[in-house]
Amino acid sequence: MAARVLVGVKRVIDYAVKIRVKPDNTGVVTDGVKHSMNPFCEIAVEEAVRLKEKKLVKEVVAVSCGPQQVQETIRTALAMGADRGIHVEVSGKDYDSLGPLQVSKILAALAKKEEASLIILGKQAIDDDCNQTGQMTAALLDWPQGTFASEVAVEGDKLKVIREVDGGLETIKINLPAVVTADLRLNTPRYATLPNIMKAKKKKITNVKPGDLGVDLTSRLEVLRVDEPPQRQAGVKVETVEDLVGKLKEAGRI
Amino acid sequence: FTYFKVTHFPCLPSELTDQQKEFKEVARKFAQEEIIPVAPEYDRSGEYPFPLIRRAWELGLMNSHIPEDYGGLGLSSFDSCLITEELAYGCTGVQTAIEANSLGQMPVIIAGNEAQKKKYLGRMTEEPLMCAYCVTEPGAGSDVAGVRTRAVKKGDEYIINGQKMWITNGGKANWYFLLARTDPDPKCPASRAFTGFVIEADTPGVQPGKKEMNMGQRCSDTRGVTFEDVRIPKENVLLGEGAGFKIAMGAFDKTRPPVAAGATGLAQRALDEATKYALERKTFGRLIADHQAISFMLAEMAMKVELARLAYQRSAWEVDDGRRNTYYASIAKAYAGDIANQVATDAVQIFGGNGFNSEYPVEKLMRDAKIYQIYEGTAQIQRLIISREHLAKYKR
Repeated sequence: MAARVLVGVKRVIDYAVKIRVKPDNTGVVTDGVKHSMNPFCEIAVEEAVRLKEKKLVKEVVAVSCGPQQVQETIRTALAMGADRGIHVEVSGKDYDSLGPLQVSKILAALAKKEEASLIILGKQAIDDDCNQTGQMTAALLDWPQGTFASEVAVEGDKLKVIREVDGGLETIKINLPAVVTADLRLNTPRYATLPNIMKAKKKKITNVKPGDLGVDLTSRLEVLRVDEPPQRQAGVKVETVEDLVGKLKEAGRI
Repeated sequence: FTYFKVTHFPCLPSELTDQQKEFKEVARKFAQEEIIPVAPEYDRSGEYPFPLIRRAWELGLMNSHIPEDYGGLGLSSFDSCLITEELAYGCTGVQTAIEANSLGQMPVIIAGNEAQKKKYLGRMTEEPLMCAYCVTEPGAGSDVAGVRTRAVKKGDEYIINGQKMWITNGGKANWYFLLARTDPDPKCPASRAFTGFVIEADTPGVQPGKKEMNMGQRCSDTRGVTFEDVRIPKENVLLGEGAGFKIAMGAFDKTRPPVAAGATGLAQRALDEATKYALERKTFGRLIADHQAISFMLAEMAMKVELARLAYQRSAWEVDDGRRNTYYASIAKAYAGDIANQVATDAVQIFGGNGFNSEYPVEKLMRDAKIYQIYEGTAQIQRLIISREHLAKYKR
């Protein structure tokens, strides 16, 4: 039975916001834009809290890496039922270049420090769509991983994970400690209720620096340019199936 | 007369506390994801939106005024108003059903004794129950002193006979706050002639009438309620015989700010819908938003919404800061009610022919807005109050 679960929560631009590329093409506009918890991270928090409610884990710790504002995201996790939070302070250029490699190093270090036996993450973030952090964290810790989880069950000292794969569903059994990444259908995250938001204020958030964890934040990636996707071209209407086949042949598609 | 100090009035969204922002966020998410999709159907059918009310209750969005001692959150008026505006943005019919609870509870909150508060407020936080504020009658709305429902003392009980009308949650309430005349002498002044009672809805003789079909906020349950030889134990008197009028009126200072917030939420919704439409619809080769006739309308709508918001926030802040806020509460309610109607009408206008049609969201807003100039004190009564308060300052 896993005693302590670490849940990673990422602060991203809210899914409903229309993204705009900065005029200098170095990134997207984030100033004054609504941010919230990555939806897959919400699902991860929900799963961790449910495990705690079923008394399968003792403590849920929410972790986020970034500047002061990520504390809002941690607080949302606390309001959903996490017990305490860890804010790993990363800001400025380090934050701009923060990616799965750095975050997975941080999570691995924290997992050792906090003696966590289960890490639950969202399968990917909706801003970079990397889908790497869970896998890298497991590799760094040499732990098994259950990614794209649509169902998680504790079976003794093992985890049964049903994964969503291209061909359908794959069921695996992995030893604890392990890393699980949450897919869309794992659960429906609860709202933070007003009483829980108020209770969350009393929960602790500790501040940690990446240096304290012995993590080097240097990025191996350099963003050269960010562009909007090309405008969608208008389609062409055809009268008959023969026309359709003809047009497809013309376009070299068949 | 006194000038106000604008110190620490948190009027800008950036100045809200983290907790206020989080509360607002929950209310907004609930309104966007759960109220808005189903509101048109509730409006068409008139069915009471109990599933939504239950969800709001579960999330802690209801009964915000109930003090913590009785299981509530004891939120400030300001915080309650933030939540109310977000819910009203989704549907004012749903929001009114929820707000009626606050109105019914307020007399108990301000004048109830410990036992009454525990009994009648406590149960509201244990399960999603409704209550109602039962004052208006077929023959007396604005003129509360004209209330004719009689309460006659008989031993340890009062016998109630009378007819109430336009009671929100009239058919769904678990209990009512009732105002009845205890002193039959017509010369007795209003300040001593009435008594406030709490009545369990299942008391024999309490008969809710049929659900009234109204112009707007149609899913809200509005009914006449008849009281025929209803017996109330004397323990259910609030404060004491003759204190009713003051209690009934005192409740309004706390409930008018959220009503103003509700009207503001409706106006904001109308503004958003009209703006989105104006940025899609083209005429004479341009987006209608690029035509000054429309953009000037939108500008004036925006002015009104921003000012209504500031007005209700000020009135809530005043009462939270411990001051008598009658003047500000009336201004906020009067202004927000008026502009909600103006902004909703303008929104229909901006939608043009589409605005008149039930498949677009704005005609419902126009129908829903009207009641804001009528309930919780008509637009005319608010002007009476404001002029009285205003002139009193000069006479001092």
